[in-house]
Amino acid sequence: MKAKLFDYIEKDNFVFNLSGVTKLLCFLILTFTVMYSYDVRVILPVLIFSFWVLHVSEIKFAQIKIMLYYVLVFIAINFVLTFLFSPQYGVELYGSKHELFALTERYTVTAEQLLYQGTKVVKYLSVIPLGMLFLLTTNPSEFAASLSSIGVSYKAAFAVSLTLRYFPDMIRDYNDIALAQQARGLDLSRKERLGTRLKNIMNIFVPLIFSSLDRVEVISNAMDLRGFGKHKKRTWYAFKPLVKNDGLAIALCVAIALAALAVAFFIDHGRYWNPFVA
Amino acid sequence: MDGPGETMQKTPIISFHNFSFQYFSQKEPTLLDIDFDIYPGEKILIVGPSGSGKSTLAHCINGLIPYAYKGTITGTLTVDGKTPEESSLFERSRKVGTVLQDSDSQFVGLTVGEDIAFSLENDRVAQPQMKETVQRVANMVDMGTLLSSSPFELSGGQKQRTALAGVMVDDVDVLLFDEPLANLDPLTGKTAIDLIDRIHRDYQKTIVIIEHRMEDVLYRHVDRVLVISDGRIVSDTSPDQLVCSDILRRLGNREPLYVTALKYAGVELTPDLHPGYLDTLDIDRVKEPLLRWYAAQPPHPEKPQGQVILSVRDLCFQYTKKRKILQNISFNIRRGEMVSIVGTNGAGKSTLAKVICGFVHEDAGEILYEGQSIRDWTIKERSLKIGYVMQNPNQMISKPMIFDEVALGLRIRGVAEGEIRERVEQALKICGLYPMRNWPVAALSFGQKKRVTIASMLVMDPQILILDEPTAGQDYRHYTDIMEFLRGLNQQGITILMITHDMHLMLEYTPHAIVIAGGRKIGDDSAVAILTDESMAEQANLKLTSLYELAQRAELPDPQNFVQQFIDYEEACRS
Repeated sequence: MKAKLFDYIEKDNFVFNLSGVTKLLCFLILTFTVMYSYDVRVILPVLIFSFWVLHVSEIKFAQIKIMLYYVLVFIAINFVLTFLFSPQYGVELYGSKHELFALTERYTVTAEQLLYQGTKVVKYLSVIPLGMLFLLTTNPSEFAASLSSIGVSYKAAFAVSLTLRYFPDMIRDYNDIALAQQARGLDLSRKERLGTRLKNIMNIFVPLIFSSLDRVEVISNAMDLRGFGKHKKRTWYAFKPLVKNDGLAIALCVAIALAALAVAFFIDHGRYWNPFVA
Repeated sequence: MDGPGETMQKTPIISFHNFSFQYFSQKEPTLLDIDFDIYPGEKILIVGPSGSGKSTLAHCINGLIPYAYKGTITGTLTVDGKTPEESSLFERSRKVGTVLQDSDSQFVGLTVGEDIAFSLENDRVAQPQMKETVQRVANMVDMGTLLSSSPFELSGGQKQRTALAGVMVDDVDVLLFDEPLANLDPLTGKTAIDLIDRIHRDYQKTIVIIEHRMEDVLYRHVDRVLVISDGRIVSDTSPDQLVCSDILRRLGNREPLYVTALKYAGVELTPDLHPGYLDTLDIDRVKEPLLRWYAAQPPHPEKPQGQVILSVRDLCFQYTKKRKILQNISFNIRRGEMVSIVGTNGAGKSTLAKVICGFVHEDAGEILYEGQSIRDWTIKERSLKIGYVMQNPNQMISKPMIFDEVALGLRIRGVAEGEIRERVEQALKICGLYPMRNWPVAALSFGQKKRVTIASMLVMDPQILILDEPTAGQDYRHYTDIMEFLRGLNQQGITILMITHDMHLMLEYTPHAIVIAGGRKIGDDSAVAILTDESMAEQANLKLTSLYELAQRAELPDPQNFVQQFIDYEEACRS
């Protein structure tokens, strides 16, 4: 059984060949940029940039399809709820009111609100591909090494790696236990009432937890016996050393971030672009 | 206790002197007056039943005691001249490399390469040098081409090789193997013993193997065998001397089957017959008594056969189009039979059990229970006729109290509480757990938990029990307990199917065996016939029984019949 947490398929291109650290840094820098700025003129180029990188990385649509649907649904719900709960937030924010049309007395659609919500959608849309890129183009083995090299304690970083290692085992155990419990008459199908079903699922988690605890002792012994925690630092077999392209990628992202900050300081005089004060 | 003559002048690499150890959590010491030396370059086998202190002894050697498990130590233990106080766990692990029994849990990396590198990473070795070392050591254990494989793609044997490489990167002096054969099929186990032997010879390592399957380890030379019982070393001799005594049997260890056969035949075993290994045994001097014993045995009694209870016809199953797991499997199981299903890891044995229990559905073919197709039976319905017992009881038990655990299946089915009590108590009595009915499950040993899981199946009154590896990881005494218990159930009319790797189990307890290899049934015969068939053994990663090889070497007229006679003789002795 080859179950993996997320499907990593090795490819040979610019994005894949970057070190995990680079990808993590770029992801963080660009996310910060997009989260900081409320200027569509800044965010739209980043959006285009992130979709372009997604294209360059040769990730197949099938790989991100499900994730993408979830995200779109999330964005849509978020859009509707924002309007429902604070329909006039844009007016507050930009200090003017250009009413387009009214749905009811409370729910009037304004240009300010549309700009505000539109900007948020673009923000989400530009960050999501970057996150997917990081997950799908970083070798899981390298992931821990990347975390550790940006200052996360290596024990915490290794815990991430261990999770990736043993997660599929847990899934397999869960399935086996579920089957054995079903053989004893436990009904996990929709035929059973929700309350009973939840109780029945508990009957699977108890043995799962106990059999997993058995393993923890063995694993921690195995790690102790091979010197885990001996020194304050450790090296990583899967670490990809930084090369020229990594420098280029980081420089590019830093440049984008600086440009966004420059726009905020010198043009917008704040985080928001306000086209309504003419 | 004699050390080997030629190495006497050297200083021992491991030395126990009047050593005792008591865990803080225990009332009695686990190890008592341990006194032995291991010299550089020696190869030592340590045997002893579960609970004898072998694992504790291993922990003392690799340093988990006293650094990870605390307790009271008296006497001295030095490894490479250093006592625990003068050393640390990390320093010790550079001297002694441990390959754990559960090589799947020992595999902490996401790929073979990473796992082998683990210790180097912790030692802050620079990456280029690390990669070079990993490649070199991986080559030593024939894993050099699999560095980027994930553990899910590896067989048990390959995982064990990875674990071995993972400790050899430290250039340790001592390699400690904790039950290296426990999770391997017989042929893979044989290969593992070969590999250990090669590492011992080619790289001059000191080897310590802890294992209760002595016959399988003695497939290759070892210098000394230590027998441990109740925390004491009770014997420290060469294999030749050890098998001549009755110490193994007396202390609940299994002696090599061919040795037992020689004893049955009345051979007076002495070290000068070199009976420690089948290869070195002076066969000419035992031929005569073997022939005489062979001639004196009664013919194999024919047993009456029951009606067919379970019939599998042309069964096919696949998870995906590419990987066919089961292909056109057909066989009949008769009421009251005890059957083993054997074959390589991943051959489809467990899947077969899953299809029979209805966990997954066949793509073609059918299963008949008493002549009636069970295609439309749900898992729940099938479980009334066919009980399924998993390998690890901890994966099955979900209630804290024994009674509730056994009652679970009946309660779910809404049986009246009065009837539940009656049926649960009955099942607990059969399983010898009645006195403990009000205990918490946590208070039970592994074997007792296994019985609880069997009781929770029996309570539903199934006609067939399917058990996955019922004796995995059990020493001879517990193995015998479990198997005799199952035999008892069988005699009460329950048909028993067992998935197993254990050739002894197959030979001694299951007259009928079905062999699966590569998703096909390649054998369906008496266990004796299968374990004496060379081509079958090769295809299905089985190992010919040493009884057969003994009979062949002794040039008995019908070696297969000799094996059958041995089994019949043992059975007659037991009853």
